[in-house]
Amino acid sequence: MKTAVEIASGVAGKKFRAADVLEERLKLINEQDAEIGAFLEVFAETARVQAAAVDAKIAAGGKPGRLAGVPVAIKDNMLYAGHRMTCASKILEGYIAPYTATAVENLIREDAVIIGRTNMDEFAMGSSTENSAFRKTRNPVNTSCVPGGSSGGSAAAVAAGFCPIALGSDTGGSIRQPAAFCGVYGLKPTYGAVSRYGLAAFASSLDQIGPFAADAADLELAFSALSSRDPKDSTSVAFPPAKPWDGIGGVRIGLPKEFFSGEGMDRETLALTRAAAVKLEKLGARLTEVTLPNAKYAVPAYYIAASSEASSNLGRFDGIRYGFSAAGANLKEGYQKTRGLGFGPEVKRRIMLGTYSLSAGYYDAYYLKAQKIRTLIKRDFEAAFEKADFIISPTTPSPAFKFGEKVSDPIAMYLSDIFTIPCNLAGLCGVSAPAGFTAGGLPVGVQFLGRPFSEPSLFGLLKVLENV
Amino acid sequence: MPDFEPVIGLEIHAQLKTETKMFCRCRAGAFDAPANTNICPVCTGQPGTLPAANERAVELGIRTGLALNCLINEVSVFARKNYFYPDLPKSYQISQYDKPLCGPGFIEIDLKDGGAKRIRVTRAHLEEDAGKSLHALGSEELDHTLVDFNRCGIPLIEIVSEPDMNSPEEAYAYLTELKQLLEWTGVCGCDMEKGELRCDVNISLRPRGETKLGRKVEIKNLNSFKAAKDSIVYEISRQAGALARGETIAQDTRLWDEKAQRTEPMRSKEMAHDYRYFPEPDLPPLRVTAGRLEAAKKEAGELPRAVRARFQRDFALSAYDAGVAASGRELAAYSEACMRLAADSGLGAKPVINLIGGEFLARLNERKIAPPDIAAKAISPAALVKTAALVSAGKISASAAKTLFTKAWDTGKDPEALLNELGLAQVSDSAQIETWAKEAIAAHPKAAEDFRAGNEKAIGPIVGVLMKKSKGRANPQLAGEIVKKLLL
Repeated sequence: MKTAVEIASGVAGKKFRAADVLEERLKLINEQDAEIGAFLEVFAETARVQAAAVDAKIAAGGKPGRLAGVPVAIKDNMLYAGHRMTCASKILEGYIAPYTATAVENLIREDAVIIGRTNMDEFAMGSSTENSAFRKTRNPVNTSCVPGGSSGGSAAAVAAGFCPIALGSDTGGSIRQPAAFCGVYGLKPTYGAVSRYGLAAFASSLDQIGPFAADAADLELAFSALSSRDPKDSTSVAFPPAKPWDGIGGVRIGLPKEFFSGEGMDRETLALTRAAAVKLEKLGARLTEVTLPNAKYAVPAYYIAASSEASSNLGRFDGIRYGFSAAGANLKEGYQKTRGLGFGPEVKRRIMLGTYSLSAGYYDAYYLKAQKIRTLIKRDFEAAFEKADFIISPTTPSPAFKFGEKVSDPIAMYLSDIFTIPCNLAGLCGVSAPAGFTAGGLPVGVQFLGRPFSEPSLFGLLKVLENV
Repeated sequence: MPDFEPVIGLEIHAQLKTETKMFCRCRAGAFDAPANTNICPVCTGQPGTLPAANERAVELGIRTGLALNCLINEVSVFARKNYFYPDLPKSYQISQYDKPLCGPGFIEIDLKDGGAKRIRVTRAHLEEDAGKSLHALGSEELDHTLVDFNRCGIPLIEIVSEPDMNSPEEAYAYLTELKQLLEWTGVCGCDMEKGELRCDVNISLRPRGETKLGRKVEIKNLNSFKAAKDSIVYEISRQAGALARGETIAQDTRLWDEKAQRTEPMRSKEMAHDYRYFPEPDLPPLRVTAGRLEAAKKEAGELPRAVRARFQRDFALSAYDAGVAASGRELAAYSEACMRLAADSGLGAKPVINLIGGEFLARLNERKIAPPDIAAKAISPAALVKTAALVSAGKISASAAKTLFTKAWDTGKDPEALLNELGLAQVSDSAQIETWAKEAIAAHPKAAEDFRAGNEKAIGPIVGVLMKKSKGRANPQLAGEIVKKLLL
């Protein structure tokens, strides 16, 4: 399978056509996605129109975009005008996007071809994609395992070769965890680096759109196209000029002692993570122990903060203007029926949790306390980044699990995000990179966290590790 | 009945005069636009949309705060107020909660006895309006409610006062003063019929001399300042009656029924709200830099109260005349230009203000000239002052002055030249007036008889006829004297 870099340069250099690239991938999807279940919908027709337009433009001597002819899948919580968008929820069944998300628009401007929308946990709440209201997504590496979540469809699409790049969204690990489970790269950009306009909100202060890719160069290419300061997103910022990457020599890699304790962790995952650190050390990096004393509070603080915001963000799905609507005898009953039937159990659980946390009399004890913990965690990282340039850890405590293994135990499911959540709480950039396989053949991901806006160096680091 | 003291606080929602909405770039202020024509994905709460604060609204908010002598907070925070209602598309209103744009301030109001009172302003904060529900309950054809989102997202500033008012008159004076400030500073159109200004009343009673506050009642649905005043009068008597009977006042929200002239309790269910306020994560804190604040202060200029005081001091106007001359910012500038010209020509300000308060405002009204157009469309200050000077010097009668003033306004000609051209100069020639007077008396023998019988008022119609015969030019004082002389 060609990489995105290869496709873009081939299409730009007229070695092959965007239309042919697209057909090759559509054929593969047609043959295999019935089993994998990465897509909720393949936009074959509009993708063909797009690919033909890219070919025509290049044939006419137009300047090819950086993603010329590259098929890209988008998670089903991003709006693409004229196309359905459901957040894998019944409550948005039949909803057609009236506008296009800035991130998607940025890709289209670079001549990417939007190939379809991928499956996910309903409203991005979950870690296995089992919370989709519509279908099961299987891990392409081992189809009896989950692909992770919530962006499981996008991770599976890249792992299966359906497209070289897919977009996900990461609120507490929803890009990095499925990337680790499926053996691909997944980037959670610095908060504010990619516009959230057109991403159906889960937790506004934590959500960030990011790419999945099969190699580091493609990940970098996708990110460079995605990142922009968007006046429509007041929390987006212009990417500050970054120090150019000047090699691995002397780069300080921090190992948080709390993340390497081994407690409750898969031994193989831990061993492969250490092995990645040692590889970097051999290439000239310096390993150093750091400490994140408040990281142990990250999961509870996250579930309070994220659920609080979600309870407010999801209020708009009320059956009044769009989406699923159930009639009631009066207004209140209409709301109750619409939301009662439209949302799945995990979404309801979090709306209730968040509503409670924001309620009069509980706000200080829950929401405000969670915000304080967030500040403490941010400070932990600031201190750690005094000693280290990047922080390494496993992406997940264990590799991909089997279907149904954790659905009955929400807390166990929540804990699978234990290493990814602190990054969102602190607004850092984080990436999961393939670190090898367990003896059972399951992929393991290694996570690198960087200071805000250190993505350029992070890509440098990933390429070094990839080439070992 | 024991003597109770009313304690009143007011909450005002003023629509900020911006081109576009608070958090999207849809058109704002198009009151008459067809339903749902000024809407977009943002203000209809589509998934994925985000707010982007309107800088102009922030600027007007700062200007409002300065006019209310408020502390302008360097950092303020938008917050979400969560509740479900069909006209609230996001299920939350973006407002400000514990960190508003404007902190404590005050407004001074004039009291009937001539004194002034300072009413403290608690805060003023920015927020977005909701849509408009069009209920058709009970209608045979229409058993549903329609929502118009044109209004949804229009910028508002909510101004909350301390409970510093103690009578319906003080509340009315506060509203009037506030409205003038908002209009003067150009932050709000203040048309209550269009909902540009809305008012809620908080009122409680306590035995006079008591310092502890009584249970307060909130009154909503007040469509005019008069309604606010009337509702306060009603509530005072309702609450006083209840308290005198030994009842306790229920702390509730009541609606003013304009037709019945009374307040009715709102269903208590609708009040049981927990709005679950929390900081709006989609908007960074609002920062007002020192430079921006300084610029706003410079731009703010002189406020009406200061202008009125200056007019009284510099032009020896009475409080009433100063109020007339400075009832609006543009009118004050015009009046001042006139009064300065009058002073230069040795004419006092009084004749000028008489003309402005009378004919000038009447013509503005009649011709529907909006205050901003005064400079361009009204008679020039020089022509107005010349007309006033002619009246003052007795060269033209008051009634002929009206004709002259209108002509001068329409033609732009010099009033002195017009005076001769139109033959409007006042006639003080006794012989001529006597001739007219004789004719007038002959025309009204009954009135002449009545006057001689001792009815002084009967002279009126005779003088009227005389003035008519003179085409308004006769010196009215002389005319009266001559008629009297002839009758006696």
